[in-house]
Amino acid sequence: MIRFEHVSCEYEKGQTVLNDLSFEIQNSDSVGLIGANGAGKSTLMKVLLGLLPYQGLITVDDLEVNKQNIKEIRRKLGFVLQNSDNQMFMPTVYEDVMFAPLNYGMSREKAEKRTDAVLAQLGLSDLKHRHNHKISGGEKRMAAIATVLAMEPDVLLMDEPTSALDPYNRRIVINTINALPNTKIITSHDLDMILDTCQKVILLSEGRIAAQGNAKEILINRELLEANRMELPLCFSQKY
Amino acid sequence: MDRIDHAASELREMDDLAALSSPIHSLHPLAKLIVTILYIFLTVSFNKYDLSGLIVMLLYPVIAFSVSGIPIRTCFYKLRIVLPLVCAVGLFNPFFDRVPLLYIGNISVSCGVISMITLMLKGVFCLMASFILVATTTMDAICAALRKIHIPNMIVTLLLLTYRYISVMIDEVSIMTTAYKLRAPGQKGIHYSAWGSFLGQLLLRSMDRAEELYSSMQLRGFCGEFQYADVPPAKLIDYLYAVFAVGAFFLCRMVNIASFFGSIALGGSL
Ligand SMILES: Nc1ncnc2c1ncn2[C@@H]1O[C@H](COP(=O)(O)OP(=O)(O)OP(=O)(O)O)[C@@H](O)[C@H]1O
Ligand SMILES: [Mg+2]
Repeated sequence: MIRFEHVSCEYEKGQTVLNDLSFEIQNSDSVGLIGANGAGKSTLMKVLLGLLPYQGLITVDDLEVNKQNIKEIRRKLGFVLQNSDNQMFMPTVYEDVMFAPLNYGMSREKAEKRTDAVLAQLGLSDLKHRHNHKISGGEKRMAAIATVLAMEPDVLLMDEPTSALDPYNRRIVINTINALPNTKIITSHDLDMILDTCQKVILLSEGRIAAQGNAKEILINRELLEANRMELPLCFSQKY
Repeated sequence: MDRIDHAASELREMDDLAALSSPIHSLHPLAKLIVTILYIFLTVSFNKYDLSGLIVMLLYPVIAFSVSGIPIRTCFYKLRIVLPLVCAVGLFNPFFDRVPLLYIGNISVSCGVISMITLMLKGVFCLMASFILVATTTMDAICAALRKIHIPNMIVTLLLLTYRYISVMIDEVSIMTTAYKLRAPGQKGIHYSAWGSFLGQLLLRSMDRAEELYSSMQLRGFCGEFQYADVPPAKLIDYLYAVFAVGAFFLCRMVNIASFFGSIALGGSL
């Protein structure tokens, strides 16, 4: 279980980016984190991962997010960064996907099997030996997701997993997410994807929680969404 | 292609070269590393006037290049920026050391000229040997080999991260110059008035990126030591190669082979 109690965070003094957030995420929940640009979604994820200092209390399975526990906590969390260029650092896709399993003590043989399985699951087997700098933006996105799935984390944190993906790959990612029993926190501006993958939604606005609850109830609430610089998901809007 | 993109792709071509296959590529990285280190050590140790003895050391890089299938010109092309620097090292010797050493016909050749040529050749030979190592072995394998000979983890990790960071930096330069050019058409290079902010931005951006990359590594269990690709145990051929090469280097270093054959050819005594 993940618990935030009165969590605040600022990058620079006086510029509060997260403001007194409190919420709980139960095990195997899928939670969509939505909000306008600059609302603080990526920051919230970074705070949870112990990448930024914060005030208040954050716990993951009753372990407080602090220096002492950070190793144990990070073992439970897998994070897909918003910018895949910053996620991939090994020369080839294959080596990158294998990086985490090897670090977590898996034998090379097992790690290779795991890597092959994840790449196949995402339809990336052809990319296996390609160089990271020679693949397209969307391919890099898929590969970045593979690097995190290969970790087999308890909690999956995804920062805009479907940005830059074509409809086919987007669907693969949605299906993959739905097939995983893990706890998931997904940030996205693709509200239809959030609707497809999440039962709960937290709506952030200028670092505060504007609403949280059942995904359908929030995502069908036009006034609430528009008051927070969002729009109805395409499947609910009557435009076409 | 842009100059900077060209630089980036040239750097990455080293990885492509290392991924080729040849008898040299398939040798054990540790064997190659030890042979290269000894080669450099012995080459540098030649007396500064021992030009005839040194010349024989050219054999190793020449043979290695031809067996590995990498053209020597690739080496000189890629090292074109360092080579002049290496060659410049002994440039002033002829002015300081004017004692005549030998005569070619009527022309006297001073010690300074010989030592200059010797120094240049030493530099070039060492560069060629290092290039052969880097072009036939992946960076990971070199690092794994360095760890095998107990070079501290800190140094090896630093080496690998520096190598990776260079690509990140070049990437950022490429993105920024492209963005600049697209909004300053017809302008050659970057105007000097923008240099300050350009460099500052470059530093900040590449540092940000490096930091985020490092976070990404930490989040995936990195605790300061890379899990290098398993280096398979050395085979008989690797031992043979190392023993033979090292033996040959020592022989060349101890015996002046060029003058040995020269004296045989001239029928004189040693
Ligand atoms: N490194 C930083 N230093 C200072 N301020 C930052 C930094 N990163 C983000 N911010 C600020 O923090 C606020 C929240 O940023 P964050 O990246 O969390 O937004 P987000 O909700 O993820 O937005 P987006 O949808 O655009 O990804 C923004 O106002 C942003 O300007
Ligand atoms: Mg964000």
